[in-house]
Amino acid sequence: MPAESTTNQSDADSPAINGNEVRVRKIPEQIVEIVSDSGEGAQTAGQLFGTVSAKMGNGLWTVEIIPAEIEPPARSQEGASGIRIRFGTEPMTNMGDQADLVVSFNEQVLYSRIDQSALRTGTVLLIDDRWAADEDPVIQEAYQKALDDFRERGYDVRGIPIHGETSKITDTPMRGKNMWVVGLLCALYNRNLEIAKDEVQKIFERKRKGQAVVDMNHKLLDAGHAWAIEHLDERFEIPSKEQEQEMVVMSGNAAVAMGAMAAGIEVCSMYPITPATSATHYLSSIFHETGGTIHQAEDEIAAAGFAVGASYAGKTAITITSGPGMALKTEMLALAVMAEIPLVVVDVQRGGPSTGLPTKVEQGDLLSSLFGMPGDSPKVVMAASSIDECFHFVITARKLAEAFYTPVIVLTDANLATGQTSFPMPELSEDWLSPPVDQSPWQEGLAPYAWDQETGLSRRPIPGQPGGAFVLTGLTHDENSHIAYASAINQRTMRMRSLKMAALAKTLKPPEIHGDPEGDMLVVGWGSTRSAIDEAVDRIRKDGRKVGSLCLRFLSPMEPGLKEIFSRYKKVMTVEINYSDDLGDPAVGDEHRRYAQLAWLLRAHTLVDVDCWSRVPGQPLPPWMIEEALRGRLEGIK
Amino acid sequence: MYGLKTDWIEDPTPRYYSLEDYEGKVARWCTGCGDHAVLTAVQRVCKEEQLAPDKTVFVSGIGCSSRFPHYMKTYGFHGLHGRALPVACGIRSRRPDLHIFVATGDGDCCSIGTAHWIHAIHYNMNLVVMLFDNNCYGLTKNQTSPTSPKGAKSNTHPRGAALDPLNPVQTTLGIANASFVARTVDWNPPHLHATLLAAHRHKGLSFVQIVQRCPHYKLGFHDPLQNDPSQLLLMTHEDGIQLDDSIARIFKNQKEHDPSDMDEGRELAGDPDGISIGLFYRNNAVDRYDEYTAQGLATSRGEKIEALKAELSRYQI
Repeated sequence: MPAESTTNQSDADSPAINGNEVRVRKIPEQIVEIVSDSGEGAQTAGQLFGTVSAKMGNGLWTVEIIPAEIEPPARSQEGASGIRIRFGTEPMTNMGDQADLVVSFNEQVLYSRIDQSALRTGTVLLIDDRWAADEDPVIQEAYQKALDDFRERGYDVRGIPIHGETSKITDTPMRGKNMWVVGLLCALYNRNLEIAKDEVQKIFERKRKGQAVVDMNHKLLDAGHAWAIEHLDERFEIPSKEQEQEMVVMSGNAAVAMGAMAAGIEVCSMYPITPATSATHYLSSIFHETGGTIHQAEDEIAAAGFAVGASYAGKTAITITSGPGMALKTEMLALAVMAEIPLVVVDVQRGGPSTGLPTKVEQGDLLSSLFGMPGDSPKVVMAASSIDECFHFVITARKLAEAFYTPVIVLTDANLATGQTSFPMPELSEDWLSPPVDQSPWQEGLAPYAWDQETGLSRRPIPGQPGGAFVLTGLTHDENSHIAYASAINQRTMRMRSLKMAALAKTLKPPEIHGDPEGDMLVVGWGSTRSAIDEAVDRIRKDGRKVGSLCLRFLSPMEPGLKEIFSRYKKVMTVEINYSDDLGDPAVGDEHRRYAQLAWLLRAHTLVDVDCWSRVPGQPLPPWMIEEALRGRLEGIK
Repeated sequence: MYGLKTDWIEDPTPRYYSLEDYEGKVARWCTGCGDHAVLTAVQRVCKEEQLAPDKTVFVSGIGCSSRFPHYMKTYGFHGLHGRALPVACGIRSRRPDLHIFVATGDGDCCSIGTAHWIHAIHYNMNLVVMLFDNNCYGLTKNQTSPTSPKGAKSNTHPRGAALDPLNPVQTTLGIANASFVARTVDWNPPHLHATLLAAHRHKGLSFVQIVQRCPHYKLGFHDPLQNDPSQLLLMTHEDGIQLDDSIARIFKNQKEHDPSDMDEGRELAGDPDGISIGLFYRNNAVDRYDEYTAQGLATSRGEKIEALKAELSRYQI
C-alpha cells in the first residue's frame, strides 16, 4: 500500500489477518479519490468520508470531479464523476498533488484522471472487479486491457468486489456501493465507523427518508468495513491535532449563503447558473428561518434589477451568479454605481468565454468585473481565497456596500464553491447584521447626494423617509439628483464616485507576505490559488531560493504598498487560472503578449515589469504544477 | 411635541395633501403630448387617496413617458430601458407600506422589457403599471414600436412597418395570474382618472394600457378616435370602471362586460367593435407574490442569530 510513511508501527497490538500481521502506518496526510459514472453517489460518499475525517480532527479539503453533463454515457472516459479528499494532520487548504489512492467503480473513468495528471507512479487503484466477468465480452476485454495498461503505467492496481459484495446486502447495488466503499475506507484509514453512522443518520433525516433506508446504509457501511478488515493487509493512521477551537466543515457555496444570513441580508435574487446555484439551493432551504426571501427571477438582468430595487428601498440585497450571468447584469451594476445603490454580487467564476466550461474552475472574470461596464464604473471588487473567506467576505461586502453606497463584487470560483474544508466556527455577532430600514426624517436642506468633497461619500434617502423624496436617475445628475448635462457637473460627479475608491484604499492594509520578504522572486496570486502557490513556494524555499508570495483580497481598490513590496524582489510574477500568452511564444512576440488578468492590472498599477504564468486546465492548479513553473522562471535569475 | 424625537411618535395631526404636494418639476414633454393628461390624472388620484408623498414611489424605465417620476414630488426611480418592473418588484418585495406606480412605454414594456412584463404580471405584486402606448419610439426619434400599426412609416421602416402590431391587452390576458387589466385613452380625463383610481385601489398588479397621442411623430394618428367616440367601445359594469353618466353619454358604442368573465374580456381585447376601453378583467383572488416575499419581515435580530447558531452547529465537527 502507498504513501510516504513517517513511522512504521508493528507492535504486538497490531491487528492480524489469518495469523499474518497487519501493518499499521502513521502518515501525515493522504489524497483519496472516489470516481464513478455520474449518479453512482461518489460525491456523497466522499463528502461523508471527508466529514468523518474532519470530525476526527483531521485537516480536510475536498474537490468535486464533475462531468459537464447530467448523465454522460456509462463507462465513458470523459464521464468521470467523483471527488478528491485530501486529509491530514495539518489543516488542508488545497487539493494537493497526485492521488495516493483511488477507488473506482469502473476502469474507463480512470482515463480522465490520467488525462488530468491526477495519478502518479505507485498510486493505488482499487477498481470494481465486476467487469472482469461481465456478460459482454467487449467490456471484459476493455477491463482487462485497461488494467494491463494501468500496471504498465506504474500504478498499483487491485480489483476489489465492490459490486459483488454490495449485491449480497441490497437488491439495488447501484445505489448502495458508495456506502460500502465508505465502510472500506473507514477501515483502511482507521476512521471511527460510529461517526460515519451518525452522519448517515443525519443525511437521510434531512432528506426525510425513513429509518429503513438509514438501516440499509448502516449495513452497507458495516459490510465494507468488515470486508476491508478481513482482506486488506495494511492500515493507516493519520493523527489529529488537538483542536483549540470549535470547527465547522462546509463548502464555499454554503459559506456564501451562510455569510449572507450572518450579514443580515434579507433578499437574495438569483437565476439558476452553474456553479453558483448550489449556494442559493442551500439558502432557499434555510433563509426563511432568518427572515429572508429568495427570488428566482425570470433572467439574470431581472435578478440584478430586483436586488437593486430591494437595496434602494432600504435592505441591501445579494445576487449570486457566474460569468455569463455577470455579463448580463453589467448594465444594472453600472446603474447601481451611478445612482449609488449598495448591492452585494457574488460571482462564482467558471470557465469562459461564452458558456465555456460550466462546471470547471477559472479566474477569468477579474478584468470584466473591474471594467466590463459602460463608462467609468468604479466599484469594490474582492476575491475570497478560502472557504472561510467566502463566509466572511459576504459580511464585509455588505458593510462596504452600505458605507460606500456602491456595488461590491465578491469573486469566488468553482473550486471554492464545491470544495469542503474545516475552519474555525464563526462567532456570530449582531453587529454583522444589517441595520433596520432607516425611516427617520431626512435632514432638512440636505441634498440626496451631498458628496463629501474629500471622500466622495454621501447618504441617499430611502423611500419612506419624511422629507427625503427625490428622483433617483441613471442619467448624469447633480447633488439634488437633478438631471444635468453640464460638462463641469459630469467631470465633478465622476470624480466623486472615483474618490470613494481612494477613500476605501486609505483604510486598507498592505498585503501580508508568505515566505521571504525580499529576494529572488515574488509570486502574486488572487482567489483560490493562494494555498497551492504558498505550498509551491515553501518547497522551493527549502532549496535555499529566496521566494515569497502574496495574495490580494482587494482588487478594486487595490491594496496599498505593492510598488514598495515589488521593489524588494528581482522578479515579480503572477500565477493565475486564466489565459495568457506564454513568454517568448514566437507567434506572439514581446510587444503583443497578452498577460494574465492580475498581471495586466499590476503592470498598469505599479509600472513594474510583472511577469505571469497561467494555465486553464479546468481544474485547480496543483502545487506541483506551480512549483515546476516557478522553478522554470527562477532559472533565469542569478 | 417638545423633547420627543419625531421618529418615536405618530404625527398627531396628519397633514392634508393638496395637488401641489405632488407636483414636481415642470413637465418637459411636447405640447399636446398625452403624457401631460396622465400626469394630471395621477396627481388627482394621489390627492384623492391622500397618498403620503414620502411613502409613494414612481418607478420608470427609459423613454418619453419614463420621465414621469421627475414630474412628481414623491420618491422616484428613473432607471434602465425596459427594467422598471424588476426594480419595482424588488422595492415591493420587502416594503408593503409603500405606494408603487410604474410608468413604462410601448418600447420599454413591450419590446426591450418584454420578459419582465410577462413575469411581473405572473408575480402579481401590488403595483400600478401604466403602459403609455403611443405606438412609436419618441425619445430615440421615431422608430417602429411593437404596437405601431402595419404600414406605419418610421425611421427604421421608411416604407412602412412590415407586421401587424402586438396587442398589449390581449397579451397580458394570456398570462397566468393577471388580476387587473384595463385600457383607457389620454384624451378622456374622466375615464383616464376613473381607470387609474380603480387600478390604485386594486390589490395586486393593475395593468393599464393608456392609448396615448404623440403629436410629434404620430400627429393626427388618433384624431379619428378622438373626434368620433363611437369608434371606441365603452365597457360598462358595476364591477368595472365607474363613469359619470354625463361622460358615459358621449360613448354611443357601449357594452356591458362583467370583468370576471375572462373569455369575453379576451374577445373584447381584440377590439371587434371598435377600440374597447374600460376594465377587461379583474380577479381579487389571484395569489400575490409580494405576500410571499414579505414573509419574515418581523424576524428580530435575536431570532436571526439564534437560527444561524442552530444552522452553524449542524456543520460543527
